[in-house]
Amino acid sequence: MIELRNVSKWYGDFQVLDDCSTMVSKGEVVVVCGPSGSGKSTLIKCVNGLEEFQKGEIQFDGISVGNKKTDLPKLRSKIGMVFQNFELYPHLSVVNNIKLAQLKVLKRSKEEADHKTIQLLERVGLADQSLKFPAQLSGGQQQRVAIARALAMDPIAMLFDEPTSALDPEMINEVLDVMVELAKDGMTMMVVTHEMGFARRVAKRIIFMDEGRIEEDCSTDEFFDSQRGVRAEAFLSKILHH
Amino acid sequence: MFDQFDTNVILENLHFLIAGMQLTLLLTVAAICGGLVLGTLLALARLSGFWILSLISSTYVNFFRSMPLILVIFWFYFLVPLILGQPVGGYYSVLIAFVLFEAAYYCEIIRAGIQSVRKGQVYAGQAVGLNYFQNMRYIVLPQAFRNMVPVLLTQAIILFQDTSLVYVVGVKDFLVSADLVANRENRILEMFTTVACVYLIMCLSGSILIRKLQRRYAL
Repeated sequence: MIELRNVSKWYGDFQVLDDCSTMVSKGEVVVVCGPSGSGKSTLIKCVNGLEEFQKGEIQFDGISVGNKKTDLPKLRSKIGMVFQNFELYPHLSVVNNIKLAQLKVLKRSKEEADHKTIQLLERVGLADQSLKFPAQLSGGQQQRVAIARALAMDPIAMLFDEPTSALDPEMINEVLDVMVELAKDGMTMMVVTHEMGFARRVAKRIIFMDEGRIEEDCSTDEFFDSQRGVRAEAFLSKILHH
Repeated sequence: MFDQFDTNVILENLHFLIAGMQLTLLLTVAAICGGLVLGTLLALARLSGFWILSLISSTYVNFFRSMPLILVIFWFYFLVPLILGQPVGGYYSVLIAFVLFEAAYYCEIIRAGIQSVRKGQVYAGQAVGLNYFQNMRYIVLPQAFRNMVPVLLTQAIILFQDTSLVYVVGVKDFLVSADLVANRENRILEMFTTVACVYLIMCLSGSILIRKLQRRYAL
């Protein structure tokens, strides 16, 4: 479903992605990890064309992302994305955050969008918060609304860019629980995260990145059963230290 | 000395002063609206990423910001009838001058406002499939305008005062009306004191309103 071939990207002279190739099949959950600055977030943003890349090819559901002729808004409407800092629209209520793109992009009727919105808010456990504004919610609640907003488009895949990194520790699980449910339902997911517990539980594969390169791309079992390389080992020992 | 301060002259000419104030307010509001629309378009052009659009916009802004307002008012008074091929009267030539002039300032305010919206919000709009214009309309501009409200209103207060410059082409705004009364009735001190008080009260109320709005719309 998602296929990256030899993707490279530069910011001026600085190379952020170096010849990255990988694949995510339908229904697969892939976790991308690595030290900060390794290019994980940039890589995932290239998948739905939020970031441009200079070399290589990315295909999503058979459509080339890098092709200038591709209708990117249409393509993006099929890919849900969840951000590190939630990025709910602060000037809109929870309901309107979830409804906006349903009305404007999918051209759903108001009734249809309302129905879908209520359904999703129930699914993420926030039906009682629908009229609040993002600033009135906790971080964990905001991130669950953001997941509902992405799901409202009926995406065929979901991208998560460090969805729990900005959360207080006690709120991480409520977000991960929603993501685990999603994975169980068979959603195709590409998840940038340091949550190794989550990776072990639901990921089929782990991609380890360092300095813009994909250093490891293996099954979850292989990754955790110490067949990993030196850099991945060093990284894991740092984050699993305590 | 205040024995000679005659308040009757103000009351007797009140309708005349009110008509002048109406024109001042009409001109201010029309110039703000026109300036905002044109300024937004200029700001979008400047940020569009197309060099030709951005060059046109920045040339426009630099040009008008280098001109004294009074020159623009004077100049357009003679230029507009020439371009349109018919006399349009002082009011419309002045209105056009104000809209074009204010647009240059609004453009810069709006540009800064748009740039004050976090990149992540732009991404969030794009990620759900909004196109460029939808993203601007529903996500970026509403937030940008909230951030801009204090600066825009400050600019509006400046504009409100600047409209008094229309006296150079004989448009009868509040100040000109007061001046006419003052000279006709020989009550210069009374009239100008009144005018000063009115400007003071209106501009101060504006400033208080700005502070209130700032608190209310802070995101």
